[in-house]
Amino acid sequence: MLARYPNLIAFSALTIILALLPLALGNNYQISVLNFIGLNTILTVGLALLMGYAGQVSLGHAVFYGLGGYGAGILAQRTGLPPFATIVGAAIITGLIALLLGIPLLRLRGHYLAVATLGLNVIFLLIATNETDLTGGPNGLAMPTELALGGFTFDTDLKFYFLIWLVTLALLALSLNIVNSRIGRAFRAIHSSEIAAETLGVNTARLKLQVLVLSSMYASIAGSLYAYWIGIVSPSDFSINFSIELVVMVAIGGLASVWGAIFGAAAVTLLIELLRNFLPHLLRGASGEQQIIAFGILLVLIMVLMPEGLTTGTLKYIRKWREKNQVNSQP
Amino acid sequence: MTPDQIFQLLIAGVTIGSIYALIALGFVVIYNVTGVINLAQGEFAMLGALIAITLTSETPLFHRAFVVNLNLPLIIAIALATLLVMGVGALMYLIVIRWARTDSVIIQIIITIGISIALRGIALIAWGTDPFRLSEFSEGPPIQIGNAVLTRQDLWVIGSAFVLMLLLYLFFQRTFIGVSLRACAVNRVAARLMGINVSHMMLLAFALSAGIGALAGIVIAPKTFMGYDTGTYLGLKGFVAAIAIGGLSDERGAIIGGLLLGVLEILAAGLISSGYKDAIAFLVLIAVLFVQTTGILQRGAKREAAGV
Repeated sequence: MLARYPNLIAFSALTIILALLPLALGNNYQISVLNFIGLNTILTVGLALLMGYAGQVSLGHAVFYGLGGYGAGILAQRTGLPPFATIVGAAIITGLIALLLGIPLLRLRGHYLAVATLGLNVIFLLIATNETDLTGGPNGLAMPTELALGGFTFDTDLKFYFLIWLVTLALLALSLNIVNSRIGRAFRAIHSSEIAAETLGVNTARLKLQVLVLSSMYASIAGSLYAYWIGIVSPSDFSINFSIELVVMVAIGGLASVWGAIFGAAAVTLLIELLRNFLPHLLRGASGEQQIIAFGILLVLIMVLMPEGLTTGTLKYIRKWREKNQVNSQP
Repeated sequence: MTPDQIFQLLIAGVTIGSIYALIALGFVVIYNVTGVINLAQGEFAMLGALIAITLTSETPLFHRAFVVNLNLPLIIAIALATLLVMGVGALMYLIVIRWARTDSVIIQIIITIGISIALRGIALIAWGTDPFRLSEFSEGPPIQIGNAVLTRQDLWVIGSAFVLMLLLYLFFQRTFIGVSLRACAVNRVAARLMGINVSHMMLLAFALSAGIGALAGIVIAPKTFMGYDTGTYLGLKGFVAAIAIGGLSDERGAIIGGLLLGVLEILAAGLISSGYKDAIAFLVLIAVLFVQTTGILQRGAKREAAGV
């Protein structure tokens, strides 16, 4: 009977593991890596909805992450709203901006959309760097307050761990529900054939816009949490490289998969950390620089060998290997 | 702003615009023949420039592990650097692109981004983070035109870009291999049926694009510092130039796009604000795409409609 609810089982298992994980992992470094995985999961789940389900490439998703970070900081600085209200406020503003940008942007397809979103990221970075009065310029914007609710202040990595993953799980549950609803089926229809979906009565333009707004608000929430956790945001946090890393996380997870998005976020975040920490030990005289070559090469390898993502790709290879063995064992 | 100053800005714009045009041409050649958007195009320019600099002047490599002091004559260094980078382009096709059998634009883009990251990493290890500069091709005072000045290197940049474009035009129009390449661009399946070895043509397209990119990087190297990460922005600008006017599949569109982009960028930096210079390319692009979703010349749209 339980097998009828695979998502529910997986979801409960994940929640239990996450609740117990801090007991096993002592130090702050490990907790902060887990926090980054959580933030990246929020971002990739949103991006997977946009890319995998609605079929729209975005090479500028860091813009929405940045709008969340800067938005919360600027709102806290200028309006004196309570911290959690700034997170909600930033998400609403980001959603509105995504709506305005999306109306013209989503008319574009394929590589035109890719380059236009890349361009948005460049423009965002230049605004963040040049409008010093608003954003603090290249030095960044320090958050004026700590994140607090009632008398409780989020002032340690561990407290943020629970907050970030609580939000992550909530947004994950929301995404799973969307994907398995009528809207989710409409998304998949758009992805396989936009024309077919349109003829069957799906309002593709409106749905694509809705998923862009939703995905931008996910990113904004992650950005605000990041800003309050680290205490400062600067343009380099929202670089084109980061946008690309996000796309890589989604692609490695397998484009149209909410669970794959978590896997991709965890895999890429851990991979980058591992390369940064262990490459110097493996190669004598290697410094942190070398991690970027290794990252590039691994990326190419995975995408060439398993274009459907690591999870689906590995399953496919295992199945092939099994079939081959079965054929060989037959007399 | 006096007319002289405007003229001066125009010279600077055409100079940098010629470089964008060459890099844009590299994008178009690869896209037309193979259907791949090669986002490692800017890295070819960076590699070409850094190799040429290493061959002509004393350069410490690998954290000063050894110092190259060949002092080759410039013309030999340029030829060698270009050939080496063409080799890199060919290897990129042979080792990676040939094996990547996917129709997904996203996956293709990620693969070429992966290659560009790896190339940048290799350059970072070899040359470190310091930027380098190539010495000017010929010495002498700048040339006066009215009250504006044209440096000799400007002339070299514009001149070599023009000559290279002319040679490419002749290659594509008048030689058998050039026509075969164009046949692949029109319809790969038909080209194969006519006995053209499409795989060889794809290899050639990668080598050719890498060579064009390398030369672009080399001629601009005396005017700007080149470092391991300079290629990224050159590549992005070239991409915008290639896509905005010609929709990534039109050589003339790429050249016009490159020149226009260079001029617009320098005019905007001179007349408005230099802080937003790098935004101009993308603002123009987004404006263009809002009006015409497939580039101004629209040939890309026709190709797609024809199902090619």
